[in-house]
Amino acid sequence: MKPIIRFAIDSLLYVAKGSAMFYGWLMFLGFFMLLMVYGAYEQFTQGMIVTNYNDQVSWGLYEAQFVFLVGVAAAAVTVVFPSYVYHHKKLKEIVVLGEMLAIAAVSMVIIFIMFHMGRPDRLWHLLPGIGIFNWPNSMLTWDVLVLNGYLGLNVVCGFYYLYKRYVGQEVNKSFYMPLVYISIVWALSIHTVTAFLINTMPSRPMWFHSMMPIKFITTAFAAGPSMIILSFLIIRKYTKLKIADEAIETLSQIVTWCLGIAIFLGISEVVTELYPGTEHSFSLQYLIFGKHGLSGLVIWYWASVILMVSAFFMLLSPKLRRNHGFWLPLACAMTFAGIWIDKGMGLVVPAFIPSPIGEFSEYTPSAIEIINTLGGWASGLFIYTLLAKGAIGVLLGEVKYAEKWNLASDWQPIVHTEETYK
Amino acid sequence: MSDINDKDKKNQVDEKGTSRREFLKEAAGGTLSAATLAAGAGALLSGKDEAEAKATWGEWFQKNYRLMTDEEKKEAVDRLEKRYSEEYGKKTSVDSVPAQEGVLFGYALNIQKCIGCRRCVYACVKENNQSRHDPEIQWIRVLKMEKGNFLQENMDKGYPDPAGIQVGGNAYQNSGVVLEGEHYYEPEQVPEKGHFYLPMQCMQCEKPPCVKVCPVRTTYREPDGVVVIDYNWCIGCRMCVSACPYWARRFNWGEPNLPAEEMNPVTHYLGNRPRMKGVAEKCTFCLQRTRQGRYTACVEVCPVGARKFGNLLDPESEVRKILEKKRVFRLKAELNTYPKFFYFMD
Repeated sequence: MKPIIRFAIDSLLYVAKGSAMFYGWLMFLGFFMLLMVYGAYEQFTQGMIVTNYNDQVSWGLYEAQFVFLVGVAAAAVTVVFPSYVYHHKKLKEIVVLGEMLAIAAVSMVIIFIMFHMGRPDRLWHLLPGIGIFNWPNSMLTWDVLVLNGYLGLNVVCGFYYLYKRYVGQEVNKSFYMPLVYISIVWALSIHTVTAFLINTMPSRPMWFHSMMPIKFITTAFAAGPSMIILSFLIIRKYTKLKIADEAIETLSQIVTWCLGIAIFLGISEVVTELYPGTEHSFSLQYLIFGKHGLSGLVIWYWASVILMVSAFFMLLSPKLRRNHGFWLPLACAMTFAGIWIDKGMGLVVPAFIPSPIGEFSEYTPSAIEIINTLGGWASGLFIYTLLAKGAIGVLLGEVKYAEKWNLASDWQPIVHTEETYK
Repeated sequence: MSDINDKDKKNQVDEKGTSRREFLKEAAGGTLSAATLAAGAGALLSGKDEAEAKATWGEWFQKNYRLMTDEEKKEAVDRLEKRYSEEYGKKTSVDSVPAQEGVLFGYALNIQKCIGCRRCVYACVKENNQSRHDPEIQWIRVLKMEKGNFLQENMDKGYPDPAGIQVGGNAYQNSGVVLEGEHYYEPEQVPEKGHFYLPMQCMQCEKPPCVKVCPVRTTYREPDGVVVIDYNWCIGCRMCVSACPYWARRFNWGEPNLPAEEMNPVTHYLGNRPRMKGVAEKCTFCLQRTRQGRYTACVEVCPVGARKFGNLLDPESEVRKILEKKRVFRLKAELNTYPKFFYFMD
């Protein structure tokens, strides 16, 4: 049998077997995915009227997830870049887990795009050849290109690496390394283009500023690695894969400084907009203080500020940052939640309030929106769990090409021992 | 040309209030056979039948309107005429008249005359087959603007800084301000004291931001300057809704609710034909009328003559005269969208 087919079969068999807790976790996620099937049925048959979107606030919870998750996907580069540019040994061992997270995040992005579309049945109009593409005019066509390209790059890099490990051969550097370098630049491009998607519309003054791309990237490189750290801590606890402290320390420093810059950019934006207080700052005023008696997002905004600022100070202290049992996961969870608000609902919704003719109206997501969103996240975590489990199996040498497993020199299985842990 | 006159006549009959029964009779005598009508009624009762399913498939696979050959256009139009006629139980025409050469449509609105009666809003809904409820769609919005009044008692209630020097004041109620996008006003009588009115609709920009952001080129500028949408090609991404600085675009959040008896059967492919759920729509300067040399519904209905419409390339046209002689302005001119919808005062 061809090794590539064996690779597929062995990985699938390995992924399908697990502890009761593993199955419990998947079933927990599966429950939300089933709810989403119902929500999707409702939305795709009745139309978007089952959401609380309207002509005033025409983007909402789905687009918030979309913007945030593009950032998480791009953040795989925080693992890839130190590994291959700074030759960070400990990160390089597990770089493939970052790529698996990128695949899962882009899958979620695709799910939320499906929910965003009024006519998902006509998505083929976007396919070059049979449809037509408004390229290079439309930012959305750029986004479609870079996101699909990024998905492709991560699938190829990730699975090629795993396959080579599976058969015990070195990667072909002249094939693999160019792809790695391209994917580093590409990761920046997906989030930059997503920022361009929304900040090139003068009709929405809150988005219309040139700081958007860099703010997107810094917040992504704070929230993304936070999630990666959390998943690494979980993997380290429940599997035999050793992930060195050094790797986690590097990532948490990236989180610290990107979060610091993100807070600085946030302050710059608030001062620039609120000091002169022109009409263009109404969205921000609505978000931060509420306006004309409408204040639905105020509590969210301040929650996000408190989460981000206190996480930043926690991370600044080396003692707290290196406490992997409590403080680091707490700070990471707070960073993740703070940015999820800041870049999700806190960015997407207020841009529509007031509308271009000055109408203030409020938006709260409908039940269908909420279950579809939960289901989207559950699907992503489901995909990531399976991908990460398969990858860990290969890294540990538990999934290997048994007939001819001839290990390359530095491809020893990364087995967990207490000592190397430190 | 005879064809055009025919359609015109039919439309006028309809406006006079032909009963539905008469209309059906007329339709039956025309190209539609009684059998088709029966099938149509059947389709209405049972929801879907084979012919409708076939039409749906045909529509699903059709190309972007602009890229269709004349034959494909005819095919698409025939398919739609058949489906609409069955669905609404009256003979429906779907026009595909292209833009005329030497025509660039323009609009001028006299804000001094507008009394805010909103007859234009309802005439537009009726003419252009908008969804009546869930979602309720109106292409024209009339904003009620506040006239300025300054109150003497507010003068000294300023913002003193710690040194006791006043740095600003409270007497800032300036004129022409839209308070919270006031377009829901419901007075006993219009015009209301202390207010004036500013109707807004699609500005038919020469540099339309909505066209630029559309990922599938389903919305585009026609040679006569009207920005149109191929409803069958729209993927519902709502980039155009976000990008429009004039809040002119509406979205069919659900299946539009258009009662058969209120449906206007004289339609254009790029204009007022009934839409489906999940697509954007907006004012098209009534191109089903204006391309046949008629005025738009809002111009016709305006009781004070505040609305003027014509060919911007014709120096003798009313709009051109207005641009020459009146004080004219465009909304949000700083965005460089170059609307062909002008506002003026006497």
